[in-house]
Amino acid sequence: MEYILIFIGAVFVNNVVLSQFLGICPFLGVSKKVETALGMGTAVTFVLTIATLVTFLVQNYVLNAYGLQYLQTISFILIIAALVQMVEIILKKVSPALYQALGVFLPLITTNCCILGVALLVIQKDYNLLQSVVYAISTALGFTLAIVIFAGIREQLSRTHVPKIMKGSPIALITAGLLAMAFMGFSGIV
Amino acid sequence: MKKLKSTLPNMFFSLTLICIVAAAILASVNEITAGPIASTKQAALEAAIKAVTPKYDNNPVQEATSIVAADGDSLMLYPAKLGDSFVGVAIETRAIGYGGEMTILVGFDGNGTLVNYSILQHAETPGLGARAEKWFRTDKNKQRVIGRSMKKGTLTVTKDGGDVDAITAATITSRAFLKAINKAYNAYAKREADADSGATLQETNIFSSARKEGGIK
Amino acid sequence: MSNLKILINGIVKENPTFVLMLGMCPTLGTTSSALNGMAMGLATLFVLVCSNMAISLFKKLIPDAVRIPSFIVIIATFVTVVQMVMQGYFPELYKSLGLFIPLIVVNCIVLGRAESFAAKNGVIPSFFDGLGIGLGFTLALTLLGSLRELLGTGKFFSLSVYPDQYGSLLFVLAPGAFIVLGYLVAVMNKLIKSN
Repeated sequence: MEYILIFIGAVFVNNVVLSQFLGICPFLGVSKKVETALGMGTAVTFVLTIATLVTFLVQNYVLNAYGLQYLQTISFILIIAALVQMVEIILKKVSPALYQALGVFLPLITTNCCILGVALLVIQKDYNLLQSVVYAISTALGFTLAIVIFAGIREQLSRTHVPKIMKGSPIALITAGLLAMAFMGFSGIV
Repeated sequence: MKKLKSTLPNMFFSLTLICIVAAAILASVNEITAGPIASTKQAALEAAIKAVTPKYDNNPVQEATSIVAADGDSLMLYPAKLGDSFVGVAIETRAIGYGGEMTILVGFDGNGTLVNYSILQHAETPGLGARAEKWFRTDKNKQRVIGRSMKKGTLTVTKDGGDVDAITAATITSRAFLKAINKAYNAYAKREADADSGATLQETNIFSSARKEGGIK
Repeated sequence: MSNLKILINGIVKENPTFVLMLGMCPTLGTTSSALNGMAMGLATLFVLVCSNMAISLFKKLIPDAVRIPSFIVIIATFVTVVQMVMQGYFPELYKSLGLFIPLIVVNCIVLGRAESFAAKNGVIPSFFDGLGIGLGFTLALTLLGSLRELLGTGKFFSLSVYPDQYGSLLFVLAPGAFIVLGYLVAVMNKLIKSN
């Protein structure tokens, strides 16, 4: 039951992008088309889950065991960077089309704050291994949901008339704000 | 000096050197700041305890113990004493509010009266649930919980048949707040009852000295 | 470019928030008040200046193929230093900025400047570039934080400007961040373009 609560909490109530402000760069940058958004969401889900798993193990069996907590930031980010490299290599072999579509955004997942953010949050919230993994997958699904909805709206926006000063980022940001407002309606469920 | 070429030994050497230097810098800064970090945390906790309990002269943090609440949660209890006599406790309790977990430090005196509270951490909405910190100590409309005797029964909001006025438009936060306080008091009272009947295996100082002084009941 | 020009460039022409649109996560996440925004900006400025200088100093020792991991380790070191110092000496700020302090390490601005400027220029110009971009970022965050705090709670740096019941809470919450930033970017675009 608590896993369902973690899931609903992470996807809707405290959506990683619209409520916690993690992962904004890809959210604003890769959301012009629904297909790329979906691809990005999938890549993030994959990297996020594995990254959370590995960093959790490192925190508990290496950092805490040897009193090296101050190396947390460095070790986590290096693990994430290495993982993204691996995903790039695997993706190139398995799905070259998706690799092409994601282009420069794939290495950018390294600097995607939501990966490091979730890895750190899971330690802060003191989750156990299973809870951490459930949280990671749910967060990534919440990210995918937000980015795909946003891409859908932006595709429509690109066909309508927008005042010149608002074209591009400004109108995208305001749309994101309205989307965030909509998601606020989920609070209080958990 | 030309830039190092990207040969395997060079890459290895360069990265290793950088990592070693980084680790060394961090280890030394860690040494320097570990003291201030620990003492800031300690000072914050002591200040919070001081604010919610009657005057004391012992060291509640050092004499802290943990008690078990009805839902299995383990809560930290900080006893406050003046000399040998027990004057009150500060208990760190939690409940799930509207936006997430709320952590509250609540102080009771020896007679089960709520002395004061301090909301340590919360994720409530600013302007609504976040008003809890001031709301429940404001003396109007039955919203004040300070000075209430917990012995008379658990605290409940008026909507649920009780007599504590909830925060306007923030009933969920108010319910959670009271739930946390009730949880703390019930765990404390149960522990006290168990100690009196000899049911607990470990006796803490406060209960034995309290029983000696006849101070709790 | 003269050092002064580099400095001003970071504040105006290549302002990370309004022009480059980098580092959006902390921009939206830490600007619920003017003080938080300013603190975050200054912390990032510190990391920017230190990492720019360190990377520029050692750029000859870092082979091309391992430059990204090396930059990341250097940046992460300075971020951890900021974390530890804040925890020990500014605990209140540390609590309110929370998760976003370690997240400075993945702030695209820092890695971006390391890659595009510090790796190719001398130590002193890198210092000024870090300072300029850092100041641009701090000003942007302080501005956004002030607007949100003013519109949302009627306060400016915790000083009451008008009674807070007339404030519109929305601005301090998540949607408000997006909306205020959206309008700010629109206004800034107009101002910078007409310059």
